[in-house]
Amino acid sequence: MRVAVQAEAFDYGAESAAFAAAAEGAGAVVTFLGVVRDNGGALTAMEIEHYPGMTEKAIAGIVDQAAGRWPLTDALVIHRHGRLAPGEAIMMVATASRHRAAAFAAADFLMDYLKSRAPFWKKEIGADGAEWVAATEADEAALDRW
Amino acid sequence: MSEIDVLYFAWVRERIGLPRERVTTGAATVAALVAELAAREDRYAAAFADVSALRVALDQDLADFDAPLDGVREVAFFPPMTGG
Repeated sequence: MRVAVQAEAFDYGAESAAFAAAAEGAGAVVTFLGVVRDNGGALTAMEIEHYPGMTEKAIAGIVDQAAGRWPLTDALVIHRHGRLAPGEAIMMVATASRHRAAAFAAADFLMDYLKSRAPFWKKEIGADGAEWVAATEADEAALDRW
Repeated sequence: MSEIDVLYFAWVRERIGLPRERVTTGAATVAALVAELAAREDRYAAAFADVSALRVALDQDLADFDAPLDGVREVAFFPPMTGG
């Protein structure tokens, strides 16, 4: 299990390939990539603030929860912070398990929890100014599924 | 009285105008600390006007506003998180 919180870009293809290569014994690997939306050209940049220290701790806790619920052989979370341009990769999740249902469910669970329980805050920078992205009730409701 | 590091993130940080500060307080709970801070100046009152819009972490773990501050060294206030 690996958690990385970083400003630097990551290589989704290389990370996914390395994760799959190391997933010995797993019959299923699921990967997810989150990308900055351009909002129809209205977005200049996305700024992601985080809480150094708590971020790593919170994500590790979320990964532990996932590993407690599904028989994962491995998991990976990479999440960036700082200023990102539209189209840039924000974060990725990878899960490995013997069967696909567990790998899919764990990846979905990780995404729901990273969205509203890991201390990141997104700010959208546009031509007309900047605005903090508000959390939605749907984000919170998504946690009730689990 | 004890010394606590108080951290602010996102619009809470912008509204108060600083990312962190050391606070000397006798507040027994998060809610009591919020009341002390809100009474300081308008910018604090504005940031803490609606605590239902805020979240709090004690020593980097999410907590409730009625949680005690016994032994806590770091308190952080921020809006609901928007990761992923």
